[in-house]
Amino acid sequence: MIADWPILSLTVWLPIIGGFMVLASGDREANATKWTALTIAVLTFIVSLPLWFAFDSATAQMQFVERVPWVPAFNVEYYMGIDGISMPLIILTTFITPLVVIAGWEVIKFRPSQYMAAFLIMEGVMVGVFSALDAMLFYVFWEAMLIPMFLIIGVWGGANRVYATIKFFLYTFFGSVFMLVALIYMYFQSGSFDILGFHTLKLGLTEQILIFIAFLMAFAVKVPMWPVHTWLPDAHVEAPTGGSVILAAIMLKIGGYGFLRFSLPITPDASHTLDWLIIGMSLIAVVYIGFVALIQQDMKKLIAYSSIAHMGFVTLGFFIIFIINQNNAGSGAALGVQGGMVQMVSHGFISAALFLCVGVLYDRLHSRQINDYGGVVNTMPIFAAFMVFFAMANAGLPGTSGFVGEFMVILASFRADFWYAFLAATTLIIGAAYTLWMVKRVIFGEVTNEGVATLKDMNNREFIVLGTLAAAVLLLGLWPAPLVEVMDASVNNLLQHISVSKL
Amino acid sequence: MQFDSTQLIPVLPEISLLTLACVVLVVDLFIREEQRIISYGISQVGLILTLLITILVSQPTTQILFDGSYIRDPMSDLLKVGILLITFLAFLYAKDYLRDRGLFKGEFYTLGLFAVLGMMIMTSANSFLTIYLGLELLALCLYALVAFNRNSPQGAEAAMKYFVLGALASGMLLYGISMIYGATGTLRFDELAQVVDKGDMNQLVMIFGVVFLVIGLAFKLGAVPFHMWVPDVYHGAPTAVTLFIGSAPKIAAFALAMRLLVDGLADLHGGWEGWQGMLIILAVLSMGIGNLIAIAQTNIKRMLAYSTISHVGFILLGILAGTKEGYTAAMFYTLVYALMSAGGFGVVIALSRKGFEAENLDDFKGLNQRNPWFAGMMLLLMFSMAGVPPTVGFFAKLFVLDAVVSVDLTWLALVGVFFSIIGAFYYIRVIKIMYFDQPTDESPLTVGMDTQVVLSLNGLAMLFLGLFPAGLLSLCSSAIGN
Repeated sequence: MIADWPILSLTVWLPIIGGFMVLASGDREANATKWTALTIAVLTFIVSLPLWFAFDSATAQMQFVERVPWVPAFNVEYYMGIDGISMPLIILTTFITPLVVIAGWEVIKFRPSQYMAAFLIMEGVMVGVFSALDAMLFYVFWEAMLIPMFLIIGVWGGANRVYATIKFFLYTFFGSVFMLVALIYMYFQSGSFDILGFHTLKLGLTEQILIFIAFLMAFAVKVPMWPVHTWLPDAHVEAPTGGSVILAAIMLKIGGYGFLRFSLPITPDASHTLDWLIIGMSLIAVVYIGFVALIQQDMKKLIAYSSIAHMGFVTLGFFIIFIINQNNAGSGAALGVQGGMVQMVSHGFISAALFLCVGVLYDRLHSRQINDYGGVVNTMPIFAAFMVFFAMANAGLPGTSGFVGEFMVILASFRADFWYAFLAATTLIIGAAYTLWMVKRVIFGEVTNEGVATLKDMNNREFIVLGTLAAAVLLLGLWPAPLVEVMDASVNNLLQHISVSKL
Repeated sequence: MQFDSTQLIPVLPEISLLTLACVVLVVDLFIREEQRIISYGISQVGLILTLLITILVSQPTTQILFDGSYIRDPMSDLLKVGILLITFLAFLYAKDYLRDRGLFKGEFYTLGLFAVLGMMIMTSANSFLTIYLGLELLALCLYALVAFNRNSPQGAEAAMKYFVLGALASGMLLYGISMIYGATGTLRFDELAQVVDKGDMNQLVMIFGVVFLVIGLAFKLGAVPFHMWVPDVYHGAPTAVTLFIGSAPKIAAFALAMRLLVDGLADLHGGWEGWQGMLIILAVLSMGIGNLIAIAQTNIKRMLAYSTISHVGFILLGILAGTKEGYTAAMFYTLVYALMSAGGFGVVIALSRKGFEAENLDDFKGLNQRNPWFAGMMLLLMFSMAGVPPTVGFFAKLFVLDAVVSVDLTWLALVGVFFSIIGAFYYIRVIKIMYFDQPTDESPLTVGMDTQVVLSLNGLAMLFLGLFPAGLLSLCSSAIGN
C-alpha cells in the first residue's frame, strides 16, 4: 500500500539533502549544478504526487502518518501526517519550486550553487512545516525556513536588500517566539507536543485568549495582516524574482495554514470571542491595502500590496465562520474556509506568475518602475498576452482561479453580514483598478522609450514557466471541484470541532 | 582519617592531569625554541589520555572521599569530559595563533593545564575549602594567561582588572562561606544540606552568607551587575586566551553554581526569600543588559563577551527553576554554549594571521566570497547562538524555557524570548557582514589542516546536535540524577 511508504519524509529530505549536495558541488561546473538542482526539484515533485493520488478524501483522519520518538525526555516526536488542508499546500510547494529553479537559470550569475541550494533546502523545510504534527517539529521547520530566505534576499537581492532582509528576519522571529512559549505552556497542560492532542485539550477562556494572541502574533506577521504587513513590500521589492515567488506563493500560505491548524481548533472560544478583531484586520487589508496598491510606482511593490489584500480574503474566510454559525446558515461556514483555502492555492499560482512576469521585464531592462515601461505589447506580444492573462486572474476574472476563491468567500460573507460582503466585494473593483491600470501603463500604448523598443520576447525557458502557471490558473478556475473535494472532509471535521466549546 | 590506595582511583583524572602539567613544565625546560611543538603534543595527548581515564573511572554511583572533601558523581564525570574536550579544542585552535605572534611558549600549556586542574577540582568539590582551592587555582592561572602577551598594554590592563575584581569576588565568596560556616558549623555540602533541612541555624547570618555567596558566584559567572570584567578581559587578552577563558571555565562555573547552591543549599531555594529570587534578578539583568549592549559593539571579541553575559542569564534561568529538568537544561545549555563559544572564537582566530588581528566586525566582510566554507561554519555558530532551529542553540533555549514554564514562571520565559529577539539582531548582523557585504581584504585565509578539520566538525556539530539532541540531553539528565 503506497500510503505506508514514508513519502512525506522523502518529500522533506530529498530536496534538503539534494540542496546540500548542490551546495557542495560548488560553482566550477555551474551548468551541471543547475541541472542537478532541477532534477532534484522535479524528482521531489514526482515523489510528492502520490500524496494527491493515493489520498483518501473521504476521511478527515491524518494520512501518510510517520511517527518516531525524537527527544523522548520532552516527549517530542518526529510525527508527520497530512489531511485535506495541508496536502494541497504541499503539492503547491513542490509544484512551484521547479519553476523557480528554471526561472533563475541564466539570471543568477553570482554563486548559482548557493542560490539553487537555498531554494531546495527551503522547499524541504516548507513541506516539513505543512506536514508536521508535532508542535516542536513544526516550530523547528517554521524557524528553519527563515535562514535560507534571509540569505536569498540578502545575497541576491536589490540595492536596499540588507535593510529588507533584516527587517524580514526580525519581524518573523519576533512573531514566532511568543508562539513557542504558548506551545511550551500547552505541553505542560497536555503532556506532549502532539498537535492533535492540543486540539482536544481543555483550556479556560483567559488561557485561550493569551494563547490565541501568541499564535496571532506569529501567523499575522507571516500572512501578513494589516498592521504587521510592512516587512512584506520591502522584502518583495528587494528579493530576487525567485525569492519573491516563494515568499508570495508559499510562505504567506504558511500563516494561513497556521490559523487552520492551530488557532481555530486549539482556541475555538478565543477565536470566537476575538473574531471581530481578525475580521476587522482582514477587511482593512482588503480595502485599505487595495488603495495603497493603487498608487504604487514599483511593479513588485504593487503586487506585494495586492498579495496582502488577497490574503485578507483568506483570513476573512477563516474567521467569518463564527458569525455564520450564529446565523445558523448551514454549509456557509464550510464555504468560507474552503474559499479561503482555494484562494490560498490560487494566489500561490497567480502571485508567482505575476512576480515572474515582472522578473522577465526586470531581467531585460533592470527596472521595476512602471514609468520606465509602456507599449511592451509592441515588442513582446507573447509576454503581453501572458501578463494580461495573469493580471485578469489577479483581478478575479471568472474562469480563472482568482475568481473561485474570492467568490466563495464573498458568498460566505453574505451569510454572515451584508456589510462584510459589501466591503469584501469592493476588492472586485479596487483589485481590477490597480492591476489593470498597471497593465495598461506597462503593456499597452505606444512604445515610450528606447529601452522598450529593444526588448526581445520571451525565450523558451520563460515560456515554459509562465505557460505551466497559466495552465494551472485556468484549470483551477474552470474546474475547482477536485481541490474542494479533497479538502471537504477535513474542513467539515474542523468546523465540527470548532463548534464544540472547550470551556 | 582512613586512607587506602583504592581511594585514589576516582581521583585518577586529577592525578593524571597534575602529572601531565608537571611533565610539560619539565620537558619544556629542555627543548629548543623550534621544538616547542613537543610541549603542545604532550599536552594534547595528555588531555585525551585524561579524558579516557575520566571515562574509565566513571560509574553511575556517587563516591565521597577524603573525609568528605571530594566527590565523584555522574555530574562531575560528564562536566570533566566536557572541560577536557573543550580545552583540547582551545589548544588546537590556539596553536597557529600563538606561533605567528611569538607567544608559542611552554608556559601557555602549563598555565592552561593547571587551570584545567582547578576546574576539575571545582567540579568535584564537596566542601567549601575544596571548591575555593579549585577556584583560586583556576583564577590565578587565568590572570597570568590574560597578560600572556607581555608587550600588549591592553593585555596587562585587562589582567590587572581581572585580578583586582577577581580577588574582590573571591573575598565576597570567602566572606559568605565564613558566615555559612558560622551559622551551620560545617564546610561539607552534604552535611550542610542536612543542617539546612533541619533549620537548626541562625537564619539571619545564613541569609547574609547566601547573599555573599551568590555575589561571589555571579562575579565568577559574569552575570549582571557583576559583569564589568568580562568585556575588558575578553577584549584585552590575546584571542587564543579569550577562546580558552570563554569556553571551558563556563562549564566549571556551572559546576560551582551546582555544588554551592544545589548540593549544599537546595532547601534555601524557594521564592524571593531564597536564592531563586536572587538568580531571577541576575538572570533578567544579564539577558537584558548583555543583549542590549552587544548591539553597540564593533569589536567582535567585545560583542561575544556581552553575548556570553546574556547566555549566562539563560543558564541561570535553568538553575533557578530548581527542578531536575531545570538543572539538566542548564547543563545542556552550558555544554552547548562552551562548544559554540569555542567555535566562534575559533573562526575569529582562523581569520587572523601574522601581523593582523581579526578583531572588528568589519574584518568579517565578504567572508562568503573569500572562504565560503568558514562562512558557512560561522553561519551555523551564529544561528545557534541566536537560538534559531535547526541548530542546537534552539534546543538549549527550549529546554531551559520548558523548565521555567514548568515551575509556573511563564513570565520569565516571555522575558527570555523577548531578549532573544534582541539578541538575534547582532548575531544575524555578523551573518549580514559575512554574506552581504563586499570584502575589503582579499587575502586568502591561511588555516592549518588540523584547525580546518576540527573547526568544521565544531560547526557541523551545531547542526548535528540540533537534529539529534536526545543523546546529549539524556547524558545530561542521567548525570544530574535525582
